[in-house]
Amino acid sequence: MTDPVLQTIGLNKSFGALKACQDVTLDLRQGEVHALIGPNGAGKSTLIQQIAGGLRPDTGRVMLAGEDVTGLGTAARAQRGLARTFQISALAMEDTVLQNAMLGALGVGKSPYRFLRPVFADNDLIDIAIAALERVGLASSAATRAGELSHGQRRQLEVAIALTLAPKAFVMDEPMAGLGASGSKSMTTLLAGLRAEAPILLVEHDMDAVFALADRISVLVYGQIIATGTVNDIRRDPDVRSAYLGDTA
Amino acid sequence: MTREAVLNSAVLMGLFIFPLWAWVVDEPFLITLATKTVILALAGVGLNIALGMGGLVSLGHAAFFGIGGYAMGVLASHAQSYDPILQSPILIEGTRSMPIIWLVAILTSGLAALAIGALSLRTSGVYFIMITLAFGQMLFFFAISWPAYGGEDGLSIYVRSEFPGLNTLDPIQFYAIAYVILAGVLLFAFRLRQSPFGLALNAARQSASRVMTVGMSPYRLQLVAFTLSGMITGLAGALFADLNRFVSPTMFSWQTSGEIMVFIIIGGVGRLFGPVIGAVLFVILEHVLGGISDYWLIYLGVLLLFIVLFARGGVIGTLVGRQASHD
Amino acid sequence: MSLILFIEQVLNGLQLGVMLFLMAAGLTLVFGVMGLINLAHGSLFMIGAFAAAAVAGSTGSFLLALMAALAAAAAAGALIEVLIIRRLYQRDHLDQVLATFALILIFSEGTRWVFGSFPLYLNIPTYLSGPVTLPGGIQYPLYRLTLIIIGLVIALGLHLLITRTRLGIQIRAGENDREMIAALGVDISKLYTIVFAIGAALAGLAGALIGAIQSVQVGMGEPVLILAFVVIVIGGIGSVKGALIGSILVGLTDTLGGLLLPALFRQFLDVSSAASIGSALASMLIYILMAAVLVVRPTGLFGAKA
Repeated sequence: MTDPVLQTIGLNKSFGALKACQDVTLDLRQGEVHALIGPNGAGKSTLIQQIAGGLRPDTGRVMLAGEDVTGLGTAARAQRGLARTFQISALAMEDTVLQNAMLGALGVGKSPYRFLRPVFADNDLIDIAIAALERVGLASSAATRAGELSHGQRRQLEVAIALTLAPKAFVMDEPMAGLGASGSKSMTTLLAGLRAEAPILLVEHDMDAVFALADRISVLVYGQIIATGTVNDIRRDPDVRSAYLGDTA
Repeated sequence: MTREAVLNSAVLMGLFIFPLWAWVVDEPFLITLATKTVILALAGVGLNIALGMGGLVSLGHAAFFGIGGYAMGVLASHAQSYDPILQSPILIEGTRSMPIIWLVAILTSGLAALAIGALSLRTSGVYFIMITLAFGQMLFFFAISWPAYGGEDGLSIYVRSEFPGLNTLDPIQFYAIAYVILAGVLLFAFRLRQSPFGLALNAARQSASRVMTVGMSPYRLQLVAFTLSGMITGLAGALFADLNRFVSPTMFSWQTSGEIMVFIIIGGVGRLFGPVIGAVLFVILEHVLGGISDYWLIYLGVLLLFIVLFARGGVIGTLVGRQASHD
Repeated sequence: MSLILFIEQVLNGLQLGVMLFLMAAGLTLVFGVMGLINLAHGSLFMIGAFAAAAVAGSTGSFLLALMAALAAAAAAGALIEVLIIRRLYQRDHLDQVLATFALILIFSEGTRWVFGSFPLYLNIPTYLSGPVTLPGGIQYPLYRLTLIIIGLVIALGLHLLITRTRLGIQIRAGENDREMIAALGVDISKLYTIVFAIGAALAGLAGALIGAIQSVQVGMGEPVLILAFVVIVIGGIGSVKGALIGSILVGLTDTLGGLLLPALFRQFLDVSSAASIGSALASMLIYILMAAVLVVRPTGLFGAKA
């Protein structure tokens, strides 16, 4: 078996007396969707932040494609192929959909430090952006301002921007949040097709989506991973049932 | 052409025709007034790169205006006294040549902006405002307490610097220089907005985390913007010093920073021509109201308060509607 | 350099420090509770000084003058809070900066219009003038010593106000969670006006107290305001304790730098260049201190993480 694309090894993070993350070891393998589930306050956001580079763990390491990236910031991890999407859309709301989509290729492929030529004269950049927008079904809205998009479209744009990074791994923070049933379904279809591109670490509350997409599931409770396994393993796991699924099912 | 483009062209034309008219009817004072307007507008265009595009509320741009001014003052004063600035290890002499002065002004103010920006951008929001203000004040006190170049009294230069092929002492020719520079810098600012850098900087203002997650450092983008911004404001300072043939610590004062920012808000934040229209109105107000009352700044204060509270788009926003200009 | 001179300068530094604290405390409270950056805080300082000078001029009483300064600055503060400032809480910092800059223009020119451009003078009352002899035989002006004591008493009072009173609980709640205090049934707009007026009164008091050792003139407030900003950057926004420690650090650095740096440069430069380089550098010293704090702790010594 090949090395995992993304790996956390023994991550610990405390805020004062609160242990938000205890000895979290988890990996994301080529071609899979690995879902991370857990009740509110389980420490999912803290974990995502440590993986994406927004928070430094107290101890432990984060490995991306075999490289230790624990000491790197968010931007450096993105450049090395980690594409993260946000739970609450982080977009340049005054800019158009196309402008937003062009940011990704600007950050990892081409330099943003070019001052005189118009960005719209850069055909490579536009091609990458349009291709990503077509992938998520937003190409027809390319000229719309991000601020005028519907909630679901913003989610799609988040994914499109992640795609323009040509990433090695996706880390998606609740991409289904706030989507209706049909929106959730089309997002599920979209993500299912993405795993061939790069594996997805998926943090999600929507259990239908998780069971439909995930190859493996890890369950995070009080900052600890209490179980990791296939969908069926997790459904059957008694600890998970009592700690988590029992409350929601 | 959009309404904003029409307005911008009209302003550019007006700044071309008005001094010509003043020249024809032989009113050199009006030409000088127009020159002051154009130079102040240039300082504002500089600040607008940090403020309008970068969202960096710098209250310390007087630092760069002053450094540009003193670059001119120091070089010209050494040239006029035939006393080299440095004799060893290499000989550096003063100069009266405008292009060299401009270059020095741009470089020194750019370096200062790089240093101040590198420290100030470690923070954001209110901290950033207070810190830039404080660094501006630091240079103000330095200029006052450094006796070599006039200290508190400032430095008079008897002859305006020279530009090859032109008589800079002729008001209309000096105006032409300032006008061409302003037009060139506006063109640069226009291109900058549409460039990859402009796109990234604009996004960094709106969502720093977005920019980080696509692999760019908002800090670095903003630092480059702040430095470019300081360079342009420094160039304006050098021209301003040549206009008055006098530099003093006042150029460094916090009021100067405030006034440069006021041009932008009067004209319209984030608009290419915001600082130009703001500077035109500022100089007109100064002369019309200043002629009526010694306390004209009260009226400016009331106007500014009105714009901030009720007409946030400034003049351009009021005239052409509220959409943002950068597309 | 004698030890006595050094101690004198330490006391001068303390005196500058506590006066800066009166300015910085108001600024930092207003920022902490309302999220507002107020450039016109220096105008309130000036209003206090002018009110004191005017009242002392007509009544001859220094105590009445101080009362007048407190009242005038608090009233001016409450007035602008109700008329203008409260419209700015929800605005971005740029709008706050510009609107309060406009207020400076209005206050400064308005004061010039009423009082003229010539400075006024506020005399130290006879019972506070002259030197006192401190332990160790050090002669120090009684008035300056009084300023230090007043400043420290107010710092203590402010600490008690914030930790021990109902108003203080509301202020602390306001810093942490605005919706929470509304839910507790506190009248937020009244609370904001009161906090703003307290900050204004402290600034006005500082203006009056300083006015007796400087001249009272238009524009006197802004240099102090900017120093108070340096204090806040060093101490951390929203922290009254940070404001106190930052103030004293800045006060000491400024006065001792002016004394020590020229002396230091005399060790290896001739007297005149030592004096000029030393004093030029001394004038920048507090900003260098600020830069150093920024490098180590961008949110100030006692600031919460942004």
